Amino acid sequence: MDLTTSYLGLELTSPIVASASPLNRDIDNLKRLEECGAGAVVLPSVFEEQIEREEEILDMLIDRGAESFGEALSYFPAQTAYAFDTSHHLTLIEKAAQALSMPVIASLNGVTDSGWVDYARDIEAAGAKAIELNVFFVPSDLTLNGRDVEARYVDVVHSVSSAVELPVAVKIGPYFSSPGHMAGELVKAGAKGLVLFNRFYEPDIDPATLTITPSIELSNSYEMRLPLLWIGVLSGQTKASLAATTGVESADDVVKYLLAGADVVMTTSALLRHGVDHMRTLVDGLGAWLASREFSSPADIRGRMNHRNIANPEAYERANYIRVLQDFAGR
Amino acid sequence: MADAAAVQATIDGNAAVAHIAYRVNEVCAIYPITPSSPMAELADEWTAKGITNIWGNIPVIQEMQSEGGAAGALHGSLQAGALTTTFTASQGLLLMLPNMFKIAGELTPAVFHVAARSVATQALSIFGDHSDVMAIRPTGFAMLASNSVQEAHDMALIAQAATLKARVPFVHFFDGFRTSHEVNTVTLVPDAAIRAMIEDDDVIAHRGRALNPEHPFVRGTAQNPDVFFQGREAANRFHAATPGIVAEAMEKFAGLTGRQYRLFDYFGAADAERVIVAMGSGVEVVRQTVEDLNAHGEKIGLVAVRLFRPFSAEHLLAALPASCKAVAVLDRTKEPGASGEPLYLDVVSVVADAVARGTRATMPRIVGGRYGLSSKDFDPAQVKAVFDELKKAEPRNGFTVGINDDVTFTSLEVDANYTTEPDDVVRAVFYGLGADGTVGANKNSVKIIAEDSGRYAQGYFVYDSHKSGAQTVSHLRFGPNPIRSPYLIRSANFVACHQFHFLEKTDVLRLAAPGATFLLNSPYGPDEVWDHLPRSVQQEIISRKLKFHVIDATTAAREVGLKNRTNTILQTCFFALSGVLPRDEAIDAIKQAIAKSYGRKGKRVVEQNWAAVDGALARLHEVIVPASATSDFERPPIVPLSAPDFVRRVTARMMEGLGDEIAVSAMPVDGTFPSGTAAWEKRNVAEEVPVWRQDLCIQCGQCGFVCPHSVIRAKYYDEAQLDGAPEAFKSAPVNARGYPGAHFSLQFYVEDCTGCGLCVETCPAQSPAEPGIKAINMEDKAGLVDRERENIAFFEGLPINDRSRVDFANVRGVQFLEPLFEFSGACAGCGETPYVKLLSQLFGDRLMVANATGCSSIYGGNLPVTPWTKNAEGRGPAWSNSLFEDNAEFGLGFRLAADKHLGLARDLLRQLATEIGEDLAAAILDAPQIRESEIRVQRERVAALKTKLLALKSNMAAEHLLSVVDHLVRRSIWIVGGDGWAYDIGYGGLDHVLATGRNVNILVMDTEVYSNTGGQASKATPLGAIAKFAAAGKRTARKDLALQAIAYGNVYVAQVAMGANPQQTLQAFREAEAWEGPSLILAYSHCIAHGYDLRKGLSQQDKAVASGYWPLLRYDPAMRDIGEAPFRLDSPRPTLPFKDYAYNELRYSALAASRPEDAAMLLTQAQEAIRDKYRSYEEFAQMETGPTPSEVMGAARKL
Repeated sequence: MDLTTSYLGLELTSPIVASASPLNRDIDNLKRLEECGAGAVVLPSVFEEQIEREEEILDMLIDRGAESFGEALSYFPAQTAYAFDTSHHLTLIEKAAQALSMPVIASLNGVTDSGWVDYARDIEAAGAKAIELNVFFVPSDLTLNGRDVEARYVDVVHSVSSAVELPVAVKIGPYFSSPGHMAGELVKAGAKGLVLFNRFYEPDIDPATLTITPSIELSNSYEMRLPLLWIGVLSGQTKASLAATTGVESADDVVKYLLAGADVVMTTSALLRHGVDHMRTLVDGLGAWLASREFSSPADIRGRMNHRNIANPEAYERANYIRVLQDFAGR
Repeated sequence: MADAAAVQATIDGNAAVAHIAYRVNEVCAIYPITPSSPMAELADEWTAKGITNIWGNIPVIQEMQSEGGAAGALHGSLQAGALTTTFTASQGLLLMLPNMFKIAGELTPAVFHVAARSVATQALSIFGDHSDVMAIRPTGFAMLASNSVQEAHDMALIAQAATLKARVPFVHFFDGFRTSHEVNTVTLVPDAAIRAMIEDDDVIAHRGRALNPEHPFVRGTAQNPDVFFQGREAANRFHAATPGIVAEAMEKFAGLTGRQYRLFDYFGAADAERVIVAMGSGVEVVRQTVEDLNAHGEKIGLVAVRLFRPFSAEHLLAALPASCKAVAVLDRTKEPGASGEPLYLDVVSVVADAVARGTRATMPRIVGGRYGLSSKDFDPAQVKAVFDELKKAEPRNGFTVGINDDVTFTSLEVDANYTTEPDDVVRAVFYGLGADGTVGANKNSVKIIAEDSGRYAQGYFVYDSHKSGAQTVSHLRFGPNPIRSPYLIRSANFVACHQFHFLEKTDVLRLAAPGATFLLNSPYGPDEVWDHLPRSVQQEIISRKLKFHVIDATTAAREVGLKNRTNTILQTCFFALSGVLPRDEAIDAIKQAIAKSYGRKGKRVVEQNWAAVDGALARLHEVIVPASATSDFERPPIVPLSAPDFVRRVTARMMEGLGDEIAVSAMPVDGTFPSGTAAWEKRNVAEEVPVWRQDLCIQCGQCGFVCPHSVIRAKYYDEAQLDGAPEAFKSAPVNARGYPGAHFSLQFYVEDCTGCGLCVETCPAQSPAEPGIKAINMEDKAGLVDRERENIAFFEGLPINDRSRVDFANVRGVQFLEPLFEFSGACAGCGETPYVKLLSQLFGDRLMVANATGCSSIYGGNLPVTPWTKNAEGRGPAWSNSLFEDNAEFGLGFRLAADKHLGLARDLLRQLATEIGEDLAAAILDAPQIRESEIRVQRERVAALKTKLLALKSNMAAEHLLSVVDHLVRRSIWIVGGDGWAYDIGYGGLDHVLATGRNVNILVMDTEVYSNTGGQASKATPLGAIAKFAAAGKRTARKDLALQAIAYGNVYVAQVAMGANPQQTLQAFREAEAWEGPSLILAYSHCIAHGYDLRKGLSQQDKAVASGYWPLLRYDPAMRDIGEAPFRLDSPRPTLPFKDYAYNELRYSALAASRPEDAAMLLTQAQEAIRDKYRSYEEFAQMETGPTPSEVMGAARKL
């Protein structure tokens, strides 16, 4: 089965992409993912704050206690190049780009339009084929209105897109008043692709210690409904590539997203749960499904059930919601 | 012919020397010692970077376990034919002595580069004089002196060229700190000229003389009375030829570089009547003075000694003008009991011999004098005083200059107003904190200015004796001509005070010249600042007509995210105000320097600093100085009037930075100082201090246990004693059973606190209702000080808890034991001092401490103050530092004397039992002295005994017993030091002391590096960590000292980490002390050289244990003796990957960044070693009688 797919102008051997996760820090895992049929890989994110904080910490550590005491004017060898985790990230990009024939997509996570644009250039130089820009912040400043927030997204996307030649995909969350319009604005700002949706970091509170605890749960198939909806709405209405992420557990989930109009389908949680070889299950499952319906490629089904193509587009809209609620109540 | 392409560099003396030494050698055998360590560090770093010598190969750098070891390795390497060098100073050079006799006796060419430093006598000193190099005179080494940074660079090469030709080894020396650490403009010798100076024929000849089985011979025989003497004289012609060879090398060097040197250089009037002979950096000071005084009509001169050994009479006589009637020979050393210092005696004998032989017509009057010991500043005013003395009919011989000797009246009067500073030199003095980056920025400024063509610059930096909150004073000169002024600035035309609070402690305007510019970093703007200045500061500004500017650099730095790093902002202001360079040019240069200095830390740091520079000048304001002083407050006295006399007369002067003015009569004659003077030095270095929430406190004692500076004190007392307590005094009912009506207080000594936060981190008591609030929380200190002073005064009035009623067995109880080690100058958050303090709490009133040189001897005994203190009864730790290498032996000596005198006391007591009373004598002789209550009772008996003995007048036995009677109270003898001592330089002694079976306790505070000298690798440094001397990562595992000691079978051994298990630490200390044989405690000590925020030091210790890297263990032979398993593993199986511990620290993560593959391999090895080690330990723990020595050593070998 020919699973060839185009995403962000890149040729992929399959529409299933291994999304950013700790698994992707290991070159052997990346090779295995490729062997199992992954079309591309997104490397783990570097956070804007991480770049800044590491620089600050290193500055503090190297200089702490230095030039203070006559016998010890420093505490570390002076000329050692102290690289940051971010340089590991660049090294990983370089190594991955050399080791793999599938495209390597680098991920950046930030909220401002300064400081880390340089880093995006470094990513380009390291051999990444695309950048996935993960814009996420909680507008806890209550004086920020919705337009301000949207403008911030647009500015970040514009800054990074104009700094690099690479195609930039933007991964966003669903919480905009008009996600479709927002998507359009991002594309105007330079995004070549949209990744739907980001799963937010939603902190928990530990009642025993009265501390905020970080909490990220793996996604499940149920959570794919929201991205499925918006992929369906946007498919055919944007020139940007669409990547679906969240809740891809099985080949059926892949098929659903493709039917809704995704160019590629990304998976993380399933790989973390079942191991990198699960990629083979997804790819083979997709091939088997296509074959069983006598489709010859993913292109044959892409967007077949999007907002434009289905007979009853209201299924994506409010009418459907009402019906579902009524049906549920009547059960 | 000078090389037109010669490159200028702005470097210090150490770098200038290392640059040459590295290029002309194949092997460097190294060991750290201040102030020479940077030479070895540079060599190691250059090797790691693959830099080659002039033959295109990378020299081999080998760190040794001591300077003695370095000399041995060097000797061997030379005998095997390699060009070999070393770098050292002071005691280090002395440890090389035996090998130096050998190396010279065997006519082996080599150069030892020595940053000359005082040898420890009545005290250790890290600073410079010639006492070390003078001690090696009989070795047969040639001795070549450098007088400046440029000369140190040049003479390093001349020495190397000469030694290869002469076969006589050389010590090339230059003044420690004054030259080794002075930053100055140096014209580098181009590699081609270095190449031309070193003749390959000489190198090949050296190799040809090497030991070689292809054509074997024997060198190093034992000789007998028949031939030894003749053999000793057989090499005479080589020594005799050496001056000529050095002179030729100097000529050749002049041809290559244009810089002409002579064995004895003469400067001054051709018909001079008065001449000074000097050597080292003082030469430049004399030269400057000679030029100035001759310009004013004097006829004086200077003979600068370069080749001190072999001492060439011919060359000296040629240099000394025939017109000269009076000569003063200056020695930077002291030889008590001699008829003069060494250089003086050489000059006298040469001139006298010439006169006697008739080759010189008249005998000038020759006097000798001492100057500049331990880097005592030596300036033109002192030189003038010497020349003035020579005018006298009877000039003093054996004089001193630069001090006030009011005891034996050797010192010359000095006119402090005399100066030779030219008008075209900008002289700037900067007062900063170690932490604010002032020195770093000033080093950059020196480079910026010196790299501007036609300008020269000099920087010299004075550090105080503390490792936390240290004050730095930078002395910078800039001018159109080379700066040859190796002395501190006396009259500055620019003074900057980078910390506002210094105005209350230091007379920062003392050095301001009339009309000088004064820049103050001030939280108050130009309109408010005046009212916040002490009256005397206002008066100085007015009377000296200073141009006064302020900037709020602290706020500016914080606004751009630089926290307290105000350096680049203040540097920009300096350039703007001083006008040394055009403003725009200066700002561009600062930015370039920032990019160079901070580039390795990342773009953001660079950009923040650039932003700071751009914003600086907008905040700089001139202050309109009122016509008269208006302040109604003055700088407070440095210590209160209630302080003891010695503290007020001596200690306080040193604390004020006026120690130079202390007269000889005020100084102890034998280096003995009173204990406990740190309590008078309220340093106020913390911005945030801990504040107690008594309502949340569970009174567990952990905060006080871990506090590195002993600023947390606990007492319990009867509630009624709260009468009259200040309103803000905090108290809570004791929360343990058995103390009805008792109250508990924790008191924080906020003025002594360094704000490290370890107490907050360790506090286990969280508020159940307030997120993030514990029973101790850090708060802004401003506003708390007055309140806490009152609280402390009240707290100190509460009775000290009776030691015999305190439960020593748990951490909670220990908090009530008074620390007798307090307020040291150790780093904020130090990992060592909590152990030292614990020692003082548990055994302090009967404790003797032998302290190895290193961090613990510096924070424990570096003047001005002493943190080891005494209790209200006047008892406390008796502390001494001998050397670095001999500490175990030194402490064993304490034990030998104590055992001897205890035996003597017991014998005399038996002898006098009838007079004293049989019951008392028997009670004393048979007393158990394990529990504190038993010791308390014994003290009472001994007190009674003393009373009776005093009554037995004219009984010699009673007199003798009185002199040793204190030994009847059990003494606790502890040998304390770091891993550099225990694992490396002192290991042989430590091993021997353990093997004696004597009752000594050894505490090794293991930071896994030489912390005091800046983080060089020791044998305790772990696999995979970087350190100085292991810049490419350490490739061997740390030595398992615990297992080595366990193998003896009769040594109590414990491995502890307070942050992981304070209770186990406490137990180990008590068991070690109770064991009647030798004991060894290895205490994990987090350190600034590990590279992480030390506030997390305790949790990092916990991770070290949880990862299995640092298993907690105790091996107690007493257990075996009662049939229990002696080896106990006190920590559970590893629960954390080694990586999760190690990679929190820069020393490990830096290698992962710079050499990821190597780091990954070493990480795997380290993890495997942990697994194997733990397995062995578990096996040992299961053995009923413990492991046998062979089992232990087998395991140690495997690891």
